[in-house]
Amino acid sequence: MFYFFLRRFAVAVLVALTVLTITFLLTRLSGDLAISIAGPNASQEDIATIRQVYGLDRPLWIQYFDWLFRAVQGDFGESFFFRDRVSNLIATRIPITMTLGLVGLAIALVISLPLGILSAVREGSWVDRLVTLVVLIGQAMPSFWLALILMIVFGLQLGWLPISGTGSWEHFVMPGVVLAFSAIPSLTRLTRSGMIEALSSDYIRTARAKGLTRMSILVKHGFRNAAIPVVSIAAVQLGFMLGGSVVIETVFALHGVGYLAWESISKNDFPVVQAVVLVLALLYIGLTLLADLLNAVLDPRLRTA
Amino acid sequence: MSGMAMTSGRGLRLLRNWGFVVGAGIVGICAILAVFAPWVVPHDPFVIDLERRLVPPFWMEGSDPRNILGTDQLGRDYLSRLIYGARISMMIGVLTVITSGLIGITLGVLGGFYGGKVDDAVVFAITTRLSIPAVLVALAVAALHGTSLMLVILVLGLLLWDRFAVVARSTTSQIRNLDYVAAAWCSGVSRWWVLTREVLPNIATHLAVVATLEMALAILLEAALSFLGLGVPAPLPSWGLMISEAKEYMFFSPWVIMIPGAALFVLVLGVNLLGDALRDMLGTDLSR
Repeated sequence: MFYFFLRRFAVAVLVALTVLTITFLLTRLSGDLAISIAGPNASQEDIATIRQVYGLDRPLWIQYFDWLFRAVQGDFGESFFFRDRVSNLIATRIPITMTLGLVGLAIALVISLPLGILSAVREGSWVDRLVTLVVLIGQAMPSFWLALILMIVFGLQLGWLPISGTGSWEHFVMPGVVLAFSAIPSLTRLTRSGMIEALSSDYIRTARAKGLTRMSILVKHGFRNAAIPVVSIAAVQLGFMLGGSVVIETVFALHGVGYLAWESISKNDFPVVQAVVLVLALLYIGLTLLADLLNAVLDPRLRTA
Repeated sequence: MSGMAMTSGRGLRLLRNWGFVVGAGIVGICAILAVFAPWVVPHDPFVIDLERRLVPPFWMEGSDPRNILGTDQLGRDYLSRLIYGARISMMIGVLTVITSGLIGITLGVLGGFYGGKVDDAVVFAITTRLSIPAVLVALAVAALHGTSLMLVILVLGLLLWDRFAVVARSTTSQIRNLDYVAAAWCSGVSRWWVLTREVLPNIATHLAVVATLEMALAILLEAALSFLGLGVPAPLPSWGLMISEAKEYMFFSPWVIMIPGAALFVLVLGVNLLGDALRDMLGTDLSR
């Protein structure tokens, strides 16, 4: 168990370092950063000044190690636009994105677990086919379009929910639903297939033979086994949802990390963009690590892997 | 002979699958519209007519038979823009899948085939790729480089290869030790031959399923990027960009966002239905 943990952790650190490097290269190799910062009307002198002020005139590898060394300590430099520490900006915005992600995941689980179990128990029936249809619709729905439709219906016509902003819990309802929509298809599919596999196994037959109640068989024996992959995918999904929240946060003007990234991208504020990419990547890496460990705890068979 | 019979049997089964028929129908119509767009559009999709702005579509009051789906906020014919939009979506979908497929399949097959250190490297590459938030990186690159259709395709192609690699890797490692591959080795053919003539054809159907998934994802991502203004540049009629440009008017005339959004939804649904049908076909093949 300890060895498994150690190995998994080492890989996670290595992945994080690689992402760090890629993030750095991405902003440096896609054109001259100084020209982007200066804007289209800048003179040659302006560009040269910017290059010097931000240390962009140093050799690439010095810039890289300088940035790496600071980033590891949690120092992402200063934002060009907000005139604030990048780490401060992210620290104030991340709770909003995390809330959105957790709300979205909760809604997704509440919908997809019962749907998946129901369609597995009634495999091949009209219920099953209906669930398949729901999954297909969820997969094909463009999230930003769904967001706009919800805004028209619930924001404007019914007037139940605020259209944009971050003020109260009501502001998280529509973004949460939209975000959940992106996770429902895969979570439902996985629950369904896991449940079908579990229900056809020998221990279920034994449980039936013992004369246990239907509910006890479904929950204690079936779902507990089907839940193993769902737990790990749920954690991974949360990572994806945090990464994908940039679109939803922008549509709803929800001032989380995604919105911050969007603002910074349109203003060429690259220290912030770099940091947000890195933070989201680290969250994803942390969540997948957590998922693997949870898996190992839930299913002892995986520990030697 | 028996091979022929099997193929036609498989074809019949596919035709009985309603999902395949509907999916192939939608994708087929979109492909035809995309290819022949200049010949089928009723108007030039780029011609602005400020005197006839936001004409509603045929089912609403005040519509004009000249513009079946109405006109946009600049008076451009919506149906014509929609058809040209199909062109952009199909192009993004197909070219992204080709790019990402080449990268992902190469990595996955190599990892699955050689195992050991090579495989470790491939798994590491996949893990790293998955940790990178794709939408954000695509947005950042577009902002730095300036937007263009080719850039969107390139960025999406470089980002969406992970599922190809995962599936190619697992299927290759499954068949690597099967008898027919061993038989090929024994007959003394080259490694290249084994990879291209024995391994690839046998994992092709799995990869086709992945291709549909990735095509759907690429089309949705392009629309999202264009919606945020960092995908396909105006005045190209990308469906995402159409929704973005019409957004200001959506509270008064909701159809301006409903029409391109519905087109996007239907195309992605069609691609996914095709993929599901292929997957079902695989399932029956495996159980045989």
